[in-house]
Amino acid sequence: MPQNYVPIFIFVALIGVLIPVTLLAAKLVRPDNPNKTKLMPYECGIDPVDHARGRYTVRFYIVAILFVVFDVETIFLFPWAVKFKALGVFGLIEILIFLVILIVGYIWIWKKGALEWV
Amino acid sequence: MSASATPLAVEYVRILPELVLSIFGMAVMVLDPLIDERRNQRTLGNIALLGSLAAIIATLYQSQYPGPGFWNMVNVDAFSVFFHFLVTTVTAIVILTSYDYMEVQQIRAGEYYGLILFGAVGMCLMSSAVELVLIFIALEISSISTYILAGFRRRAAISSEASLKYFLLGSFATAFFLYGVALMFGATGSTSISVISQVLRSGQIPVLAYAGIALMFVGLGFKVAAAPFHIWTPDVYEGAPSPVVGFMSTAPKAAVFAVLLRIMFEANAPGRLWLIWVTAALSMTLGNIGALVQDNVKRLLAYSSIAHAGYLLVAFAALPSGGIPAAMFYTASYAAMNVGAFAVVSHFASAGERYVTLEDYSGLGRRSPLLAATLTIFLLSLIGIPITGGFFAKFYVFSAALQANLVGLVIIGVLNSAIGAYYYLRIIVMMYMREPREEAPVPAAPIGLRAALTLTVFATIYLGILPGGVLEYASRSAAELMRQ
Repeated sequence: MPQNYVPIFIFVALIGVLIPVTLLAAKLVRPDNPNKTKLMPYECGIDPVDHARGRYTVRFYIVAILFVVFDVETIFLFPWAVKFKALGVFGLIEILIFLVILIVGYIWIWKKGALEWV
Repeated sequence: MSASATPLAVEYVRILPELVLSIFGMAVMVLDPLIDERRNQRTLGNIALLGSLAAIIATLYQSQYPGPGFWNMVNVDAFSVFFHFLVTTVTAIVILTSYDYMEVQQIRAGEYYGLILFGAVGMCLMSSAVELVLIFIALEISSISTYILAGFRRRAAISSEASLKYFLLGSFATAFFLYGVALMFGATGSTSISVISQVLRSGQIPVLAYAGIALMFVGLGFKVAAAPFHIWTPDVYEGAPSPVVGFMSTAPKAAVFAVLLRIMFEANAPGRLWLIWVTAALSMTLGNIGALVQDNVKRLLAYSSIAHAGYLLVAFAALPSGGIPAAMFYTASYAAMNVGAFAVVSHFASAGERYVTLEDYSGLGRRSPLLAATLTIFLLSLIGIPITGGFFAKFYVFSAALQANLVGLVIIGVLNSAIGAYYYLRIIVMMYMREPREEAPVPAAPIGLRAALTLTVFATIYLGILPGGVLEYASRSAAELMRQ
């Protein structure tokens, strides 16, 4: 078993050597004349308007959490769709139960007013 | 596992309590926003109570159909039924205590009851799961519910702190467990406990298995608040709502101990003895010494729960024939007395949990004799005085350890019990021998609390006078567990 790790160790050692060497070589070779525009954080060519660490409203988090829930739902639907024929009726019923549970969560969120952008 | 196989109807019976709890949990969640806000506290509590009672009935029904289910991921046997019954009963009692607590604290109840039921689903599943990945999922279901429940006193900063601490440290600990599962899979080629057991019993034990067991033990040790993974306990117990503390110091612990019993004994974990020895000795000592200097009753009981996890772990170092029943009996009797103690604490705390220091309990014996007497019974049981469940729990654990020649560990345990008596008696002395300094109001006990206290007192005394029935059942299920 331990000998299986030999390639990994070689790999780690290579990383340890290659990265400093590349960085150093680039530093020696490249021209170096920075200006303000070059040092700005990259934002698709638009000038940044504010600090990236400013505070923003908590509603974004709720939307983000909602997104994760339905994202996970899709992840679960894909393997089921691929194996649809093999899983048959049983699979269909199970996935419907799964969806019903998610819909319960959706109704709850809706009724609680988390979807309203007050 | 063939993909086309469909589970038989009986396999659904083998997860029936979990199904019932889930359905009632979802019903609570959906009804919460739909019904009138003023009436929903009680109504939702009633639905949740009904759910936990239905789950108890489902457990009794389920016990008629033992056997494996869902491609050998769950297994219903006497062992799992025992823990199902324990968890669902604790859930019912905690719901009974919560009714008035929620009103006094002015907490909106909606999700609270739903989360308690969902937590119970995870705990039930933990005790019947025989496959490590399913155990992990069940552990997460129960943990995530308790993380949120710990923060339910939203207006109190201390409660949010408790929730956040519990969440961060808890997720860290479950990562350890998962890594342990991965290593165990690497070592044995399976995540099924019965297959792991066969591999570990046949011939040489791979080094990875030791690492896997150790890592899993770290994760589970955190959940049962065993030293040296106990740091979170006092802070979380202090901040969380008292009925929730009563819940999470008993039901998830019992479930995790069930998992530990399966992993340690059924899977025949290598290196079990010294791992348990060190943790048990540390938990007992640190828990009891920490409790000596506490002025807050909730913190005191938190340290006491660390110490009790230590006593319980002593049973894990013993032989399976004596250790498993002793551990099972201990979880049951500890559940009865601790849920009861926290029920009293939560009633007495009053709005904003103001009265939780030791001083506040002075003179309680005169102001509310019945409540004080009930708390005294639970505290005496926590000490381990005869005719209470705590006595036989300790007795069986220590005698099982003696059978396995663990004299050193038993000596540490008995010395610690003596230390423990001091701080429990301090509360009793406060209640009966001090004049009330400040008039902390003691409202009359409402009906829900009365029912909860009656049940827990009855269970504590019953286990202290007639321990035979429960112990015999535990022995039988242990024998069944080791035969598989």
